[in-house]
Amino acid sequence: MAKHATPMLDELEKGPWPSFVSDIKQEAAHRAANPNGLDYQIPAEAPEDLLGVLELSYEEKETHWKHGGIVGVFGYGGGVIGRYCDQPEKFPGVAHFHTVRVAQPAGKYYSTKFLRDLCDLWDLRGSGITNMHGSTGDIVLLGTQTPQLEELFYELTHKMNVDLGGSGSNLRTPAACLGQSRCEYACYNTQDMCYQLTMDYQDELHRPAFPYKFKFKFDGCPNGCVCAMARSDFAVVGTWKDDIKIDQEQVKAYAAGELKPNAGAHAGRDWGKFDLQAEVVDRCPGHCMKWDGAKLSIDTKHCVRCMHCINTMPRALHIGDERGASILVGAKAPVVDGAQMGSLLIPFIDCSAPYDDVKEVIEKIWDWWMEEGKNRERVGETMKRLSFQKLLEVTDTEAAPYHIVQPRTNPYIFFKEEEVPGGWERDIKQFRERHQR
Amino acid sequence: MAEKDVILEFLASKSAVKSKFYFKDFSDLFPEKGPREVKKVLTQLVKDEVLEFWSSGSTTMYGLKGAGKQSHTEGED
Ligand code: SF4
Ligand code: SF4
Repeated sequence: MAKHATPMLDELEKGPWPSFVSDIKQEAAHRAANPNGLDYQIPAEAPEDLLGVLELSYEEKETHWKHGGIVGVFGYGGGVIGRYCDQPEKFPGVAHFHTVRVAQPAGKYYSTKFLRDLCDLWDLRGSGITNMHGSTGDIVLLGTQTPQLEELFYELTHKMNVDLGGSGSNLRTPAACLGQSRCEYACYNTQDMCYQLTMDYQDELHRPAFPYKFKFKFDGCPNGCVCAMARSDFAVVGTWKDDIKIDQEQVKAYAAGELKPNAGAHAGRDWGKFDLQAEVVDRCPGHCMKWDGAKLSIDTKHCVRCMHCINTMPRALHIGDERGASILVGAKAPVVDGAQMGSLLIPFIDCSAPYDDVKEVIEKIWDWWMEEGKNRERVGETMKRLSFQKLLEVTDTEAAPYHIVQPRTNPYIFFKEEEVPGGWERDIKQFRERHQR
Repeated sequence: MAEKDVILEFLASKSAVKSKFYFKDFSDLFPEKGPREVKKVLTQLVKDEVLEFWSSGSTTMYGLKGAGKQSHTEGED
């Protein structure tokens, strides 16, 4: 018999999808049965009370959570988020219910041993409920009490070789696509860059001194499996400079229907015969492809690296050899200002280890934002408030046409005198020789 | 005055009205110093257990250890 009746939550078990309500109930039953005879360090009924307080919130259409606090591990300014329930007598199991963020491995590769150890640790010292993974990518451990934090931290760092993630006004846990470990489209080693920058920026990750949060994400190519350009303040998106490599024989095989387009990914429905002209050439946003029935050609200078042709015919087309990444700055969800996508700052940057070129840009942005950013202002908002041009200036980036987002409303980049060959001053006598008064 | 004392004096002068402060409140105390230098002073004060971090989850603030309340309800400071 459940501790609290939850008729509204029960509705959420009825759809065709996996239900978090069923999952929490399963954990509640598991904790009640305690098959491994654990000496639970936080109340066994935490999952039951979590369901109870959620049902109450659904009834009253009001939250019963308070957030924040000085919970944390010594010396770290992030990684733990204090949560308290404002109905502790009714729901003692979740009176204190802090969230712990744990840095996920690059590309989210786990061994089953790691996952088992993590769950064992969390069964003992937490609610047993996890969220794999939070929006930023972390492993999220939901619900524990303050005395458990240092113990958890010790076990995680000393026995499982994993660290807490970021929260608050910190560098948040960086995230990368699985990149070169499995994907032939990866233009640089996303996992390594993610790992290296995480190690190099430990101070920024654990000791908050930014105006607000700051996120890095690393996509190996413009397919954007971690959506870096929409979800991170600083997006590194793999790209290439030279021609897309074309294997004409394989192109013909696609055209003849011998190879399945998109590696058979859209095979659930009959789309008719593959039409190379209509499905690839006509859909190229750069309008730079030609197919004469025997030969496919691409005019590289108009290719915008959208990946469409490569995704459709992976056996025939391949990313170029001169590889690196583009950097986009300022993506964010709405808080102070509306949601926005990243703006292209640097179209091509070298991405070979130890990533000094990329780090140089990052550090210039931080220096500027830490000086100029207002409290709770994301770098994308600082950039809008003080102008994109200012960002170009502080990152020593030369203005170029691709920096102008809206040519009709924002037609000018104002140049400074020292940026213009010859400066502003003109010799009026020479001018008059060419122009009558 | 040592940087540390400037910070402590500032906190003492505000203690009646506020217990938690943004990083910027401290960097404004040292207009001639860059944020990284100010951060070093604050980090040391945290290590010495004089200051502690307070976090809402999305933002982080600093306060004197033990001062002010723990949790926060939306719309109430
Ligand atoms: S973002 Fe590109 S490189 Fe990374 S996994 Fe996705 S398709 Fe592959
Ligand atoms: S990557 Fe996109 S823009 Fe470039 S040739 Fe292929 S379809 Fe066209």
